[in-house]
Amino acid sequence: MEISTLHEGQLSILSVNGDLDASSSILLDQAIEQTIAKGKRKLLIDCTKLNYISSAGLGVFMSHLQDFESTQTSLVLFGLSEKVFNVFQVLGLDQLLTIVVSEAEAKMSVNDSLL
Amino acid sequence: MIHYYKFYCSRENLKGIRDFVTGVLRNYSLSEIEINQMVLAVDEVCSNLIIHSHQCNADDSIELSIRNQPGGVTFEIIDRAATYFDLNSYKSPDLKQIVKEGRNGGVGLMLVQKLMDKVEVEYNDSKSTWRLYKGIHRAAV
Repeated sequence: MEISTLHEGQLSILSVNGDLDASSSILLDQAIEQTIAKGKRKLLIDCTKLNYISSAGLGVFMSHLQDFESTQTSLVLFGLSEKVFNVFQVLGLDQLLTIVVSEAEAKMSVNDSLL
Repeated sequence: MIHYYKFYCSRENLKGIRDFVTGVLRNYSLSEIEINQMVLAVDEVCSNLIIHSHQCNADDSIELSIRNQPGGVTFEIIDRAATYFDLNSYKSPDLKQIVKEGRNGGVGLMLVQKLMDKVEVEYNDSKSTWRLYKGIHRAAV
C-alpha cells in the first residue's frame, strides 16, 4: 500500500493506493498523525485507489474521530468503491464518518463545516 | 471440492490469503461485494490468529480450507498451536464507545459475525478450528 499526501493551505489530501489491512494500516495512521502535527485541520482521504479495507484500516479512522471532534478537524472520505463502502456500511461507520462521492464534494464539505 | 492453503504467521502473508480466497470464490457467480465480504471475514480471523495467538511468529503456520457444498461455502481455519478463545462469551462492542475511547481495534470479530451466516470455534488440545459458513444461492460456474 502507498500513501501520497498533498497539502493545499489548511487542506490536506491523503491518497491511499492498495490494500489497507493489519499489515499496512499503521502507514495511514502515521500519515494522519504527521498531517495533524503540521496543523492541518481539513483532512480529505482519497479512496479512489483503495482496493481493500479490513477492521485494522477502519480502526485508524475510528481512533482519531474523538480527537478530531475536540480539535475541530474535519475528516472527509471520498471515491470509495462499492465493495469498500459496503464494509463501512456493515459496521455502521458510514453513520459516524462523512463519506462523499467526489473530491469536489469533499472540498465543499470541509469548507462548509468550518465557515 | 476442497481447496487448501497453508500460511505462516506473518502479517505480510495476509495478502496471499486474500488472493487465494478470492481466486476460489471467482468460480461462483458472486458479486464483488459478496466476494469481498467473505474474503474480509477470513482475513479478520487469520489476522487475529497471526497477531494474538502467534504474536506474528513466522515459524508458526495455520491451515485454511474452503469447501463448497450445496447451497453454501465453508471456510475452515485450523490453528494447531492456538490459545483458547471462548466465542460464546464474546459480546460485540459498542461502536460509539470505541470511538469515544479512541480505540483502534476490537471490531474484527464483530465484522466476521455480521458478514457470515454461521461462525463457530472448536478447541481441543491446543488445536482450534474456526468454521465460517456462508450461504450461496447460485450454482458454481
